Amino acid sequence: MLKTFIAGILLGIVGVATLLYAYPVVDQHREESIVTVAANGGNIEAFHTNVPMDRILIGAAGQKQPLPEGMIWPADPMLRDVRVELFKIRNARDIVVGVASRTAARDESADVIDWVLHLPARGSMFVNMQPEGLAGGFRNGELRAGSREFAQLRGVMTERWVPNTSGDADAPVGRIELRTTLAGAREAR
Amino acid sequence: MKYAITLFLGVLVGAAVFVAGLIYNPFIVDRGVSPLSLTDSEVIRLNFSGVPTDAVVYTNDGESRLKPFPKKVLQLWEPSIASTDAMATVLRDARSQTAGIGVKFSSHSERTRLLKGEAMIDSVWYAYLPGRGSLFVEQSENYWQFLRDVVVPAYRSSANNWKGSWIGNLTAGPGALGTAAVTGGSGSLKGLKMEGVESLLARAYSVADGPVSAEGSLLIELPGASNRPDEGASDD
Repeated sequence: MLKTFIAGILLGIVGVATLLYAYPVVDQHREESIVTVAANGGNIEAFHTNVPMDRILIGAAGQKQPLPEGMIWPADPMLRDVRVELFKIRNARDIVVGVASRTAARDESADVIDWVLHLPARGSMFVNMQPEGLAGGFRNGELRAGSREFAQLRGVMTERWVPNTSGDADAPVGRIELRTTLAGAREAR
Repeated sequence: MKYAITLFLGVLVGAAVFVAGLIYNPFIVDRGVSPLSLTDSEVIRLNFSGVPTDAVVYTNDGESRLKPFPKKVLQLWEPSIASTDAMATVLRDARSQTAGIGVKFSSHSERTRLLKGEAMIDSVWYAYLPGRGSLFVEQSENYWQFLRDVVVPAYRSSANNWKGSWIGNLTAGPGALGTAAVTGGSGSLKGLKMEGVESLLARAYSVADGPVSAEGSLLIELPGASNRPDEGASDD
């Protein structure tokens, strides 16, 4: 009986160790990337966020209807000219693949528009946008830094507001399209 | 039959012994002081509350211990983001004055290895500091020490909470010395490559609600004066 008990203890120790070693504690859900090859090098990937459905936060001074309901934006005058928005972002199949922040601020010297895209299974991107909009409603930006899959990449991103014209009652008001064109750091030189 | 029951009880005891050995493994030690705490360079210190209800907004999948705040915030329930937290919070300087606004995204990391004492989180910070510029902080965090020293004792407590004073560095990479990679985006910080460390000071933790009293801190080491495009102010 004692031998059986001791054998059980050893089995328990080995069993838990094997389970922890063999099975990943964290296994992120992945969606297939939808990537096309750019004519002049690099890979193009498009993301979008449906407005207002995918908007998590509009943080700005003086809002009459805060989003989310009950959110209190700090009253400090230092943040008077800062606007922070958080979104869910979707791939070209309209499946949520990550979250993103867009920060717009008016600074003493220049306007700032920054995006951070966070794709949990892949990594994150930090993109500096040019404040000036271009014809067609585009705005260009440059990838400043990335993590994991995006750490060794360089490239650009465009943002564009696309209003919805379908007229459907349940349709979003519009969408913000984000289009990245990225290449390996060596290729991008 | 009695042998089967004995074996089963032995397996349970063995599993419990292994888990206890893992949690209190003396070979998994604290990494000690942050390399940035000894730096001679200028640093930016950004403090923030570690309690979700003190944030401007905090959200997750809605089924975790930490409840989204405010209550009606959109939850991250979709499979791709279900193990992700998003937070926007006020950042304060060393004098507790508002220094800016920060956004943090953090996700459970597939590099988690409990056998090695690694409960990893992949996270990024975006910080906008009016008058100074923007920052992007990319890091891996290891919550093993926090789990071992705060969360497990809270579960073991008959009151299901923990009170004390725990301070530790959460950042575990990607820098060789366990530092975060920091990139300046705009203003006087534009183009700077820096290092940073996130730490946490926990004073109270509840099994039901998570952190009750906790203060986080981001310490960012500015490059030497000769490497800087211009001289920005720093707090310390």
